[in-house]
Amino acid sequence: MVAVQMQDDLRRVLDDDGKVLLGAKVPQVSDEMLHKIFDTMMLTRIMDDRMMRLQRQGRLGFYMKSIGEEASHFAVAPLRPSDWVFPSYREQGAWFWRGYSVTDFVNQMFGNEKDPVKGRQMPVHHSANWLNLVSISSPVGTQIPQAVGAAQAAKIMGKDDVSMVYFGEGTSSTGEFHVGMNFAGVWKSPCIFVCRNNGWAISVPREKQTAAKSFAAKAVGYGMPGIRVDGNDILAILQVTNEAIERARAGEGPTLIEALTYRVQGHSSSDDPSVYRDPKEPEIWERRDPLARLRGYLKQRGLWSEAAEGEISERHNQAITDALAAVDTLGPPPVESMFDDVYEHMPWHIAEQKAWVMSQERTKSPHYHH
Amino acid sequence: MPVMNIIEAVRDALRTQMRQDQRVVVLGEDVGKFGGVFRATSGLHEEFGADRVIDTPLAEAGIIGAAIGMALYGLRPVPEIQFGDFIYPAFDQIVNELAKFRYRSGGQYPCPVVIRTPVGGGIRGGHYHSQSPEALFIHTPGLKVIAPSNPYDAKGLLLAAMRQNDPVLFMEPKRIYRASRGEVPEGEYELEIGKANVVREGSHVTVLCYSGMVSIAEEAAKKAEGQGLSIEVVDLRTLMPFDIDTILASVKKTGRCVVLHEAPKTCGFGAELIAAIQERAMEHLEAPILRVAGLDTPFPYTLEHEYMPNADRLLSTVRQVLEW
Repeated sequence: MVAVQMQDDLRRVLDDDGKVLLGAKVPQVSDEMLHKIFDTMMLTRIMDDRMMRLQRQGRLGFYMKSIGEEASHFAVAPLRPSDWVFPSYREQGAWFWRGYSVTDFVNQMFGNEKDPVKGRQMPVHHSANWLNLVSISSPVGTQIPQAVGAAQAAKIMGKDDVSMVYFGEGTSSTGEFHVGMNFAGVWKSPCIFVCRNNGWAISVPREKQTAAKSFAAKAVGYGMPGIRVDGNDILAILQVTNEAIERARAGEGPTLIEALTYRVQGHSSSDDPSVYRDPKEPEIWERRDPLARLRGYLKQRGLWSEAAEGEISERHNQAITDALAAVDTLGPPPVESMFDDVYEHMPWHIAEQKAWVMSQERTKSPHYHH
Repeated sequence: MPVMNIIEAVRDALRTQMRQDQRVVVLGEDVGKFGGVFRATSGLHEEFGADRVIDTPLAEAGIIGAAIGMALYGLRPVPEIQFGDFIYPAFDQIVNELAKFRYRSGGQYPCPVVIRTPVGGGIRGGHYHSQSPEALFIHTPGLKVIAPSNPYDAKGLLLAAMRQNDPVLFMEPKRIYRASRGEVPEGEYELEIGKANVVREGSHVTVLCYSGMVSIAEEAAKKAEGQGLSIEVVDLRTLMPFDIDTILASVKKTGRCVVLHEAPKTCGFGAELIAAIQERAMEHLEAPILRVAGLDTPFPYTLEHEYMPNADRLLSTVRQVLEW
């Protein structure tokens, strides 16, 4: 199975080496923003590597890498902080871009007492309401109509905030994709749909998800523009998201963006792609690596040096090392906390169950651990 | 005090709250100009406009999904699911999303959505316009479930639901939408969520019921009175969290209990009530607690009155408990 050919309708700015393509329109992006994206993309990749190594050592229960897809995470870069993002589970870079800290990220992985979601969810199911990053759910697609609702709420309340929602190409098969796209089309909601078409939904290839010519083509049926973009080309990503955001803010409604990319590694730490796909396929895509292409572009612009990259790498690695060292001193969330946040105020039956659990020998023991 | 039916009381609650709180929006199928197939939102579109009384495309998962997003952003959505029987396409959005947002986000994202939906049979609606799916939602941590039986409770509880910060499933008894009439205060008042109401005092046996079954229990109690039988009727009003104190006080007083609900018997809410009582008041019980419930068949069209509980079935079961 050969990797998907780059097609004519695909929006690209950079070639595979990071050179600007002849005649391509380069979006206006400040050097500062490019530096910050490179820096954050580095963090994303380093974090992925470190977390997956921990998982392989048996220290982490579960992890999901995003290597090779990182450029698509920065579709959030042109958003304002007041805009809302409804992520799927493979957009680590979007979290870091918006200001989610290495410490919060690592603590969430361990579900410990400092985990922002109090140990309630598996690794990579973050939530950060202070950054308008919405809590992640495992069932795919549920966030799509929710993002439309938030976008529509902004419109109803007379604000010009927009929503951006991420999902994979496999999710376009769900009812919720249809429902969300349809509601947004009818309501002209300021919502940007970012479909990360990474080729694989666990073991099922993209051609088993749709008979349509592309995922972007589905937009026609919902009365909105559908744009295919090289998902490994950061400049093209910024270009199309800028356009979509402008349209949304101007009251012109939603846009579907299909970011063509590739899941270079497994779906998650529990997956083994060698069982179902040709190992040559990822090799082809490694040559289109989004980080390498951004690096190539920065080099040509004189915005990159080995020393600077070394500093970035060292800084992020150190931050992760520090966060991990702190993890060793942290315990699980207190048992009592399990009963909080089911409702705003604890009803009698949960209070009763809490009292019962807390009265058990196991939880009363001063040596109580997981 | 004005006299209203349940539909009017629901509408009055919506109007009262929408006037007071700009964040309240109504959304659903046909809720706009048409005012809903049961007319619960009639007149709201004219008063509050299309931005706050929103006709949605026809998809329940979208209605609830969009309502969740609206609530996260800062509105107070009150979606309508046209019939309780049509709620299942939204099941995942309700059970896995709406009910879990606060918890799974570590308390970051409360999700104050009040879902209104008509439930119950007796309207010649067949399987798809008659179901009582409350047990599925009572079994869902994070949701509150309210099931009023009369106009006064409907308005007071709906107002209370719209003013608190947890997701609520508000089930309205459609068979008596218009038949149940009573005095309803104008303007605002709230009934406390989680409080049952002893609608009729009695000494021989407690009947626990809610929604459309309360009037059946009252009818049975009246009949029984003539036969020297004193039935205490407890209208639970809120099913989650249910009012264990009022239930226990009544059962301890009478020593006998029958649970009456329209939903299928097996794994119905009655099973939970009985378990909760026997865990706490075994020594007060003079007889086993029995159930009068809908049957474990799908809800039938032609024979719906053979399916549904009625006063005679309740009375025969009450006698069984008394004669045990």
